[in-house]
Amino acid sequence: MKNLKISMLGLTAIAVAFSFNSCKPKSVSNAVSGDAASKAYVAPGKYDEFYNFVSGGFSGQMSAYGLPSGRLLRVIPVFSVDPEKGWGFSEETKPMLNTSHGFVPWDDLHHVQLSKTNGDYDGRWAFGNANNTPRVARIDLKTFRTAEIIELPNSAGNHSSPFITENTEYVVAGTRFSVPADDANGDVPINTYKQNFKGYLSFISVGKEDGKLDIAFQIQCPGVNFDLSRAGKGVSHGWFFFSCYNTEQANTLLEVNASQKDKDFIMAVNWKKAEEYLAAGKGRKVAAKYAHNTYSDKTHSATSEIKTEVIVLDSKELKDMCYFIPCPKSPHGCDVNPTGEYIVGSGKLAAIIPVFSFDKIQKAIAAKDYAGDFDGIPVIKYESALYGEVKKPGLGPLHTEFDNKGNAYTSFFVSSEVVKWNIKDLKVVDRAPTFYSVGHLCVAGGDTKTPNGKYLVAYNKITKDRYLPTGPELSQSAQLFDISGDKMQMILDFPTIGEPHYAQICPADLLKNNCTKIFKIDENKNPYVSMGEGTTKVVRDKNRVDVYMTAIRSHLTPDNIEGIRIGDEVYFHVTNLEQDWDVPHGFAIKGATNGELLIMPGETQTLKWTPDRVGISPMYCTDFCSALHQEMQGYVRVSPAGSNVPLMFSTGKNIASAENSDKK
Amino acid sequence: MKKLLAISILSSFGLFIVACGGDSSEGNQAATSSNSSASSAESPSSVGVEKYDPKRGEGKFKDVALSEKLDVAMADAGSKTFDVKCSACHKLTTEKLVGPGWIGVTSRHQPAWIMNFITNTDEMINKDPAAQAQLEICLVRMPNQSLTDDDARALLEFMRKNDGVK
Repeated sequence: MKNLKISMLGLTAIAVAFSFNSCKPKSVSNAVSGDAASKAYVAPGKYDEFYNFVSGGFSGQMSAYGLPSGRLLRVIPVFSVDPEKGWGFSEETKPMLNTSHGFVPWDDLHHVQLSKTNGDYDGRWAFGNANNTPRVARIDLKTFRTAEIIELPNSAGNHSSPFITENTEYVVAGTRFSVPADDANGDVPINTYKQNFKGYLSFISVGKEDGKLDIAFQIQCPGVNFDLSRAGKGVSHGWFFFSCYNTEQANTLLEVNASQKDKDFIMAVNWKKAEEYLAAGKGRKVAAKYAHNTYSDKTHSATSEIKTEVIVLDSKELKDMCYFIPCPKSPHGCDVNPTGEYIVGSGKLAAIIPVFSFDKIQKAIAAKDYAGDFDGIPVIKYESALYGEVKKPGLGPLHTEFDNKGNAYTSFFVSSEVVKWNIKDLKVVDRAPTFYSVGHLCVAGGDTKTPNGKYLVAYNKITKDRYLPTGPELSQSAQLFDISGDKMQMILDFPTIGEPHYAQICPADLLKNNCTKIFKIDENKNPYVSMGEGTTKVVRDKNRVDVYMTAIRSHLTPDNIEGIRIGDEVYFHVTNLEQDWDVPHGFAIKGATNGELLIMPGETQTLKWTPDRVGISPMYCTDFCSALHQEMQGYVRVSPAGSNVPLMFSTGKNIASAENSDKK
Repeated sequence: MKKLLAISILSSFGLFIVACGGDSSEGNQAATSSNSSASSAESPSSVGVEKYDPKRGEGKFKDVALSEKLDVAMADAGSKTFDVKCSACHKLTTEKLVGPGWIGVTSRHQPAWIMNFITNTDEMINKDPAAQAQLEICLVRMPNQSLTDDDARALLEFMRKNDGVK
């Protein structure tokens, strides 16, 4: 009976707590009901149901999480160097970060897209955009490594990217900053924006089999800010939609000057038409300079090529290709529903959400139902393109994703909430607070033709009191919602790397059985591979010394090297001879001014080392590999420049003789 | 109260049963194929199903037909695989490096045992008494070197050559 009393008390307490919560809907610890923990719980040793690929924002990387647990599975280095993995430090990976500006060690990755076939994720690649020095990267989802990076000419701030068409025909990259074209004289007064600044939309083709990236064409547009984009799908396949702000064409104090107009635009691009113009030779070949970097899993190394030409189509001259649709107040997201019929615009300063109809847009174009033009491009009448408006949805709509039941979910930055509404009748059906100030959101399969509709993640811009304080800077917070029922239910908070922007969620089954576990040593085509310890060697060519080294549990070969001199440049080419899953070896040497190597089974990676002092430099394996990992070490003897110490290398042979050990 | 107690005991039992049963699905593989742990976790599903034969070992090979004479071409292929995947840890003499020297291995073990061990290394180390005794000496679990069936057969032929078969 005592127990009963206690549980009654408990119930009362819960009831009281609930009633408190209902008065203060935005307090820190509310919005979580009793079964939240069990919904997000994945037992130790069990796998998550979904992969969640999340942009790393100003970390420049992409991360992979498991859902619903929120476990961080891997940080995939993309645009920024990663000393932990040797990315950008090994000689083999350095070319991946080459650009027309030279080696760029950092960028800002905002959006993630998974490759699609027939409008659904096909599990082959992930794409990411570099927002600062404009680039697009392709990540191989077998290896979870960056396979390719292409730079974008005529662009600055590649923000409306890397959105893709429903069969991954193109990855799109629209410039955020309009700038003078690369082949024009850019030495102009900044306040000549209207005359001299142009916006470029790049359509990057993706190889059907190998995923190879190539800029098929660029469309030159009026100078505005291209913010986000989405491909049409289903009925609207063949079209692309870009949100545009700063149609005021301001060049300073955009906060005020780019917020003047009541409506900016969504630009609809008929890319099938663009393809026709391209095939008909209507494109203009323009001189440009941009890097194209590819990584090979056969040679285990990257190559960087500088390309010098790009084809440009002019949106003003080539008719029936681009159209503007008025969209209220500085639109950010422009998202397309699963059928492809509805395009949702989200004005950052708007108090409604306009929903445009693809069918009505087509009819308006056929009837030339225009309200004039903007820099030679027809502007469709707002009402002629509009399906309807969601009234009083919240403040500051940003992004919209979709479920499998005809609902849309829009993030509201200013009012800090996710709002669920019905696409057909445009009625709000539920709202859930986020903590705090949600930016992007992501529904499992939420941008495909067949969303999963089980989970939604809100990526919040402000963390404040959600976690234990860690000084002035806090990690960003993501919040997981169960959206399978009528009401959205928050079930988990988890911290993220960098600043997460857009993300994608796909079923684990799509990827988990295709993962690469090792690289076959017999297929290693790195020019510096050592096929077994018998082929290890040290080769001197003037002041360049190449060390062909192997690593296997638990020794390096060679592990004693003498005859290195000040003034030498030493290249350690380390081949990991292991052929078992999850047995990388690391390699580090004292005083190396770059980083370490992390070498996967069957792979060869190279660390450059320039010794700066005479003496003995230890080297060792950095990744705990066996019971005798601490024994996996060696020494390099460095002698003065011009020394006569002969080149010597071995493992297990350089043993002191009796008389030698008596001396010093 | 008694009833309540009985129910609660029953329900906790039920939980217990759930927690113990059917645990051989995904995610648990990692525990048995871990490379650095020296634990000998046995997968419960295979115990008692078939009696373990320490002469044959555990794996796909049962009867390996050997010819009396050496297959020279096969032994050469095995020698090449040895150079890349084995020589870092094994000598061809009696000397122990990371693992035992290879001389005499074809008289210590049956051909099927050798081929099972080099292709199904983790499971053998978890189960086989001779492999476990060797682990106590070497203290480094032999890595799985991803050998094909042909690689394994060729290595066996190379071991025979090393043991004096002509």
